[in-house]
Amino acid sequence: MPKDQGIGASTKRREDVRFLTGAGNYTDDINVHGQAYVHFLRSDVAHGTITNLDTSDAAAMPGVVRIFTGADFEGVGGLPCGWQVTDKHGEVMKEPAHPVIAQGKVRHVGEIVAAVVADSLQEARDAAEAIVVDIDELPAVVDMKAALEDGATKVHDDLADNLCYDWGFVEENKGAVDEAIANAAHVTTLELVNNRLVANPMEPRVAVGDFERGTGNSTLYTTSQNPHVIRLLMGAFVLGIPEHKLRVVAPDVGGGFGTKIFHYAEEAFCTFAAKACNRAVKWTSTRSEAFMSDAHGRDHVTKIELALDADNNFTAVRTETYANMGAYLSTFAPSVPTWLHGTLMAGNYKTPNVYVNVKAVFTNTVPVDAYRGAGRPEATYQLERVIDKAARELGVDPVELRRQNFITEFPYATPVAVEYDTGDYHATMDKMLELIDRDGFAARRSESEAKGKLRGLGINCFIEACGIAPSNLVGQLGARAGLYESATVRVNATGGLVVMTGSHSHGQGHETAFPQVISEMIGIPEDQVEIVHGDTANAPMGMGTYGSRSLAVGGSAMVRAAEKIINKTKKIAAHLLEAAEADIELKDGTFSVAGTDKSVAWGDVCLAAYVPHNYPLEDIEPGLEETAFYDPSNFTYPAGAYACEVEVDPETGLTTIEKFVSADDFGNVVNPMIVEGQVHGGIAQGIGQALLENCAYDENGQLLSASYMDYAMPRAFDLPPMENYTVDHSCQTPCTHNPLGVKGCGEAGAIGSPPTVINAILDALNSGGHKVDHIDMPATPSRVWAAINGQ
Amino acid sequence: MYSFDIERPGTVADAVAALGAEEAQALGGGQTLIPTLKQRLASPSKLVSLSGIAEIKGVSQEGDTLVIGGGTTHATVASEAGAYPALAALAGNIGDPAVRNRGTIGGSLANNDPSACYPAAALGSGATIVTNTREIAADDYFEGMFATALEEGEIITAVKFPVPEKAAYMKFEQPASRFALVGVFVSQGAGGVRVAVTGASENGVFRWSEAEAALSSNFSADALNGMSPSGDEMISDLHGTGAYRAHLVGVMTRRAVTAAG
Repeated sequence: MPKDQGIGASTKRREDVRFLTGAGNYTDDINVHGQAYVHFLRSDVAHGTITNLDTSDAAAMPGVVRIFTGADFEGVGGLPCGWQVTDKHGEVMKEPAHPVIAQGKVRHVGEIVAAVVADSLQEARDAAEAIVVDIDELPAVVDMKAALEDGATKVHDDLADNLCYDWGFVEENKGAVDEAIANAAHVTTLELVNNRLVANPMEPRVAVGDFERGTGNSTLYTTSQNPHVIRLLMGAFVLGIPEHKLRVVAPDVGGGFGTKIFHYAEEAFCTFAAKACNRAVKWTSTRSEAFMSDAHGRDHVTKIELALDADNNFTAVRTETYANMGAYLSTFAPSVPTWLHGTLMAGNYKTPNVYVNVKAVFTNTVPVDAYRGAGRPEATYQLERVIDKAARELGVDPVELRRQNFITEFPYATPVAVEYDTGDYHATMDKMLELIDRDGFAARRSESEAKGKLRGLGINCFIEACGIAPSNLVGQLGARAGLYESATVRVNATGGLVVMTGSHSHGQGHETAFPQVISEMIGIPEDQVEIVHGDTANAPMGMGTYGSRSLAVGGSAMVRAAEKIINKTKKIAAHLLEAAEADIELKDGTFSVAGTDKSVAWGDVCLAAYVPHNYPLEDIEPGLEETAFYDPSNFTYPAGAYACEVEVDPETGLTTIEKFVSADDFGNVVNPMIVEGQVHGGIAQGIGQALLENCAYDENGQLLSASYMDYAMPRAFDLPPMENYTVDHSCQTPCTHNPLGVKGCGEAGAIGSPPTVINAILDALNSGGHKVDHIDMPATPSRVWAAINGQ
Repeated sequence: MYSFDIERPGTVADAVAALGAEEAQALGGGQTLIPTLKQRLASPSKLVSLSGIAEIKGVSQEGDTLVIGGGTTHATVASEAGAYPALAALAGNIGDPAVRNRGTIGGSLANNDPSACYPAAALGSGATIVTNTREIAADDYFEGMFATALEEGEIITAVKFPVPEKAAYMKFEQPASRFALVGVFVSQGAGGVRVAVTGASENGVFRWSEAEAALSSNFSADALNGMSPSGDEMISDLHGTGAYRAHLVGVMTRRAVTAAG
């Protein structure tokens, strides 16, 4: 009998009622009395010098409040970068200035040149068209390797070249890796592209800046995954507003996928302009603006080599990756290709020697930063592709090749600096093979061939590092922040609870899942618990939501705070029951004295805390409110095995996904329904990357895929029918170092699915007399057709 | 969007009069024009909405000819053009439900997007475009990408489709927009065999005469084996090269012939 409350129950998402009935409170729903609107005039060239910027006619247009240009931001801080990578020579990365509004030069299409604040959006747009702007266009650098050639145009004049850093990891491993590859019985080499993506959350970004003249307090309402981080970055580094004079609110947020982690120019602008104009200033991104101003994801070009001995044991992995930073460093951009990528290059395998080289490159493109999975999908993709290629070259079963190299003993310290606490990779592999019915594949392939189609079965195993992250470790790695999480548990006099969490929910379902944990701990109904998040005015300092960290880190903070509450309530109960505290048991919302029939209800104890007439005031304070900060001692390591069957139409190149299964190990699972939804969503985005999505620039730095007419988002139609689509999480090796034993599930689908799909396509394209060695993502019909036909 | 005036005439005559104004622009279902206005890529001073004109709506049959009012939505054609199943199926697979419930056949043909479906149906059926002033044979109507024989202020009031014995439309969708990357409409009827191709050419919808000749003597997919048009003037973009599109024209034509039976 499935549970209907607490940990393990598939409680329906309470927040969905308001989301699905139009009762959500998104940032664009927030309107401040008397607000003005800003329209940003953005560069339509990728690289150039602003030779003339005349706003005088525009300023005289109807409704214009004020027009801001780069000159208004001289002396104002630039957008800071939150992570400093040190390169293989021990030098810190190049960190160019990142202005809120362009200062004399533009460096990507979409960069803000001027901002018009007006009474209405129409008037702001009209006035923006009257601004005279002349830009002396310079050659654009788009291709990363070309950007690193001698004599390449520089994105930033004050830097020596376009190289942000040249990172080696672990540098001490390099000699052993080179030697292992030189001595290998077989080396498989693969060059591939991890395609640039646009996150495309359903809700575009929005910012409303407000300034209260009476108090001098500023407020920013924004579509953020981490309002406290925005408050710190914007207050301390950009605008010089102390945190106690600045409130950041991120209310209901309609999807983030990483791209709403970062601090953006528009947020700083609206906050700045509200004070300058003494009037609230609102910006709502159009979808067109989102394509050219939201941080993009991925965009790696990689060469990977896998060395094997004569028995097909992996002996070394060596990679060289070019990672596109875009024109400026977005908030966490430097960490993605390094610490979120290099540390995962051991994968699920006991490869003894691993060396990762990453060259981060500036180009005249939109900044690139974390997108669902952030670095880990890039690591998984190249590793799992090269393993499949090795299996083809050696004529061995890709399942067995993986199995014989699996890590089987835990904890396991990899050669790339992390220690996996638990896992059982054979278990997820077994489960996946059962779900995909590998034995029946040959028959299904024959059926497809009878219809003139090619059928392929692709598999993939992955590991990710989630539950980000131990603060002391990431500090050593260059993070300019701690990565703990916080929670305040406030119990009301009548026994209901409010949990104020530093985690932020933008679709994940925290408002449902977090109460399940409290319900389990105390034994009160879930609806007695309310989750409050997203407002720096009432939640304790928290680091927000990304890296599948909310339950593992934020949930753990909530557990620690709830434990403090329970400890205190037990003291109160012991007093009320005239018993020893050690004898008090809490079960199903009732405190009882062990071995007796004496008991007192949760609500009565809570009431006593606030009406302390009969209360141990000499020992404990009245009231029931506790805060905890939780700093994890390690990452968590969700892992899984995925499989996919595709059918390829060789005449058109069209690929359809016929079957998809995932077997994930997330450790303990609080709400199975929400977990399955997260995996479904992640897989949809992974399939999007593998088959459809491609953010493309031309050689002049013009964005070719600047709308949904050319940027292909996955739709329901692109996914397999539900009866052929199974997401399983029954293999559970609980995390050993957090109180819930959870690992995180938010990114798994997006990490595990792209190589699964491409491996399946290549399996299909190596059947029926075809032989195709490689295909890049997205495997569009035209690319598949070209690959089949050797074009 | 810039500001504009809007008129909603109830008759073709009133619409024609309203379109006489300076910078006036006819508005059909608005599935192309409204997004264009929202992006400020057009600035008509006046929009003349055709959606309130009852006389240009609906599907009727006149002998062997199906007459579809220029203001008829794709959804209506999909549900009421059963006498011409290939046309009804084409209409039912344009865009999404919102597009099909607003977009009109007249609007689509007047716009003549090189990737739209209806131009293939009109040219592939040998249809006649009826306007407020004249009748134009489909062969004379399409003049290249977004270009037609329509004069300024001329309104498509109806489209006459001779119902062929056999017909089918095969669309290979562009992955992002789901417009036709290549769409082929094939028919065989009193006027002979017609093969009209949309989505592929830089010159908009066109008749593939070699395929028509081959099918005239043998209306079967086999008659087209190994055939595809030249890729020289095909669109080449993110979604496929000209060579790929030319190849797809061959594949989609064979499939359309097979589907036509």
